[in-house]
Amino acid sequence: MEKNTNQLPKKSILSAQIDLSKFSPATEDEKKQQDVMSESTTFFKDGMRKLFKNPLAVLSIVLLCIILLTIIVAPMVVPYGYSEMLSIEGKRDKTAKNLPPFTYSENEQEYIAQGNKRFPHIFGTDDLCRDYFIRVIYGTRISLLVGFFASIIVLIIGLLYGSISGYLGGKVDLIMMRIVDIIYSLPDMLIIILLSVVLNEALKFPTGTIFAQLGTNMISIFIVFGLLYWVSMARLIRGQILSIKENEYILAAKSIGAKPSRIIRKHIIPNCLSVIIISTALQIPSAIFTESYLSFVGLGVKVPMPSLGSLANAAREGLQSYPYKLVFPAIMICLIVLSLNLLGDGLRDAFDPKLKR
Amino acid sequence: MTVGRYVIKRILLAILSIVIICAITFFTMHAVPGGPFNKEKALSEATIQALNQRYNLDKGVGTQFLLWMKGLVTGDLGVSLKNGREITSIIGESFPISARLGLTAVAFALVLGTILGSIAALMRNKLPDRIIVFLSTLFTAVPSFVLATLLLLVFCIKLGWIPVWSASSHNYLLPVIALAAYPMAYTTRLAKTSMLDALSQDYIRTARSKGVSRWKLIFKHALRNSLIPVITYAGPEIAYIITGSMVVETVFTIGGIGSKFVSAISNRDYTLIMATTVFLAFLMVVANLICDLLYKLVDPRIKYE
Repeated sequence: MEKNTNQLPKKSILSAQIDLSKFSPATEDEKKQQDVMSESTTFFKDGMRKLFKNPLAVLSIVLLCIILLTIIVAPMVVPYGYSEMLSIEGKRDKTAKNLPPFTYSENEQEYIAQGNKRFPHIFGTDDLCRDYFIRVIYGTRISLLVGFFASIIVLIIGLLYGSISGYLGGKVDLIMMRIVDIIYSLPDMLIIILLSVVLNEALKFPTGTIFAQLGTNMISIFIVFGLLYWVSMARLIRGQILSIKENEYILAAKSIGAKPSRIIRKHIIPNCLSVIIISTALQIPSAIFTESYLSFVGLGVKVPMPSLGSLANAAREGLQSYPYKLVFPAIMICLIVLSLNLLGDGLRDAFDPKLKR
Repeated sequence: MTVGRYVIKRILLAILSIVIICAITFFTMHAVPGGPFNKEKALSEATIQALNQRYNLDKGVGTQFLLWMKGLVTGDLGVSLKNGREITSIIGESFPISARLGLTAVAFALVLGTILGSIAALMRNKLPDRIIVFLSTLFTAVPSFVLATLLLLVFCIKLGWIPVWSASSHNYLLPVIALAAYPMAYTTRLAKTSMLDALSQDYIRTARSKGVSRWKLIFKHALRNSLIPVITYAGPEIAYIITGSMVVETVFTIGGIGSKFVSAISNRDYTLIMATTVFLAFLMVVANLICDLLYKLVDPRIKYE
């Protein structure tokens, strides 16, 4: 028998079935009203929109871009090397010691008077006649590099450990978390100092390799970060996975027959991703802090390689006469850490689903 | 879990971490190539043997570790490699200075941070709030050594308002500010969020509808509850202050335990590094333990897990 949708089956008196004869089909105009005109927004797009509405976050992104651009471009433009003592036509310029910003040494002034051109010393020079601007630039490079890679190391170890612990649960989780508890209760900074002291002596790299150039201190900084700082990341990720696993929408997804792969892809990952990104972003400034602290204590990168912390430390000696040597690296550290902190806060406000009102 | 079991568990964990720290310290120091007498110029075979015997270096590593642990428990930390002084007396004379500095900084940071944070929360989105938020964001981005050096430069050297630290003049003001700035900024942010959280709770509305006065509402209901997260931060804060005091003491040339530690690092004075690490680690672990227990006592809602 052919079914006619407009023809209703006979309605019994007590049936709750709606009476279709009381309804009329929608006109074309009315149908158009239902059309979605704007593009559907994704979680990512929504977050980015919110992020760019936050003036502080935008400011910090701009600031970071400027800093990044400067540290990439400046070494190409400035004709001096970070460990190069200034010289004029192959002859060492011994008058170029501790110059204030934007000044030339006596020899350089003569050289310019002869009609030659000389690139200005934007931040002056240091006590070994090296251009200070390029040293600060390289110091920034090193500090950012340390911050970035240390956070990546922390992220990878923490992610693996935390997700294994969170997924498996039970006894494995218990034992893994006890280990985390113990590492967490160790005073990290002391252990870092201790390990840096020892690794410095124990590690020897063949000269010429990239490791030797970075210096054992740098490698030991990475090692100690890898050994100690992953703990809070692992805790965070485990907690996330545990709480997400318990959510009703996971149960709902399971009940409508979603496969585990789909649940992981569509529910678990997007929900912890934001938290992971935010805490990684906030890890970078803390790594930079730690590196500059270690450099300041004298456990930083190998000379003549500069880092912001070691530059600030070196500036302490002539503090009275050359305060600008402290001020430049100090401002650089503060700017980087401040903008990364603000960016991290902005990311949290934009991407943390739990903060949505 | 009952309170007693929780306390016992925390104490056991603390003891375990102290033992682990001791082991890490001891074995990493043993990994350093060359014996502790390497620096001395050409010692005779007999002298080295005598020294090895004196410092138990002729015994196995395990026995040495146990002997060292025994020394720690009985308060014998050995002698400094640099000047041959008893480490116990070095710590004994430098620690009180650091303790005074550190405790002042902790008190300064906690009290001022809580007050500023509460003011910011109560005057939300008004001018004082904005100023406090701006300053606290700024100060979380300034490393303590930078602040310490700048303070020294401006107030001691350029302006000459405060004398540079010496044996005759002990002015704690600048070191305390340098040390407390970061934890204070952090406490301020923490106190602000927790105060805002407390103010939005139902019991505040109930109290207000009962006609409780504004000040009583703030001090008796909101502040007491908002203090809990601040207390949790006290443990990490003490750890921060202890490590921070190393650079601050070095910058201000204060003869505390922190600057002793830093100079031990640059002198590669291994016995002193070892002893100081263990001592400071012990302090941190105990401080953390006390804070944790206090925290559970203050807030009865927290489950003992």
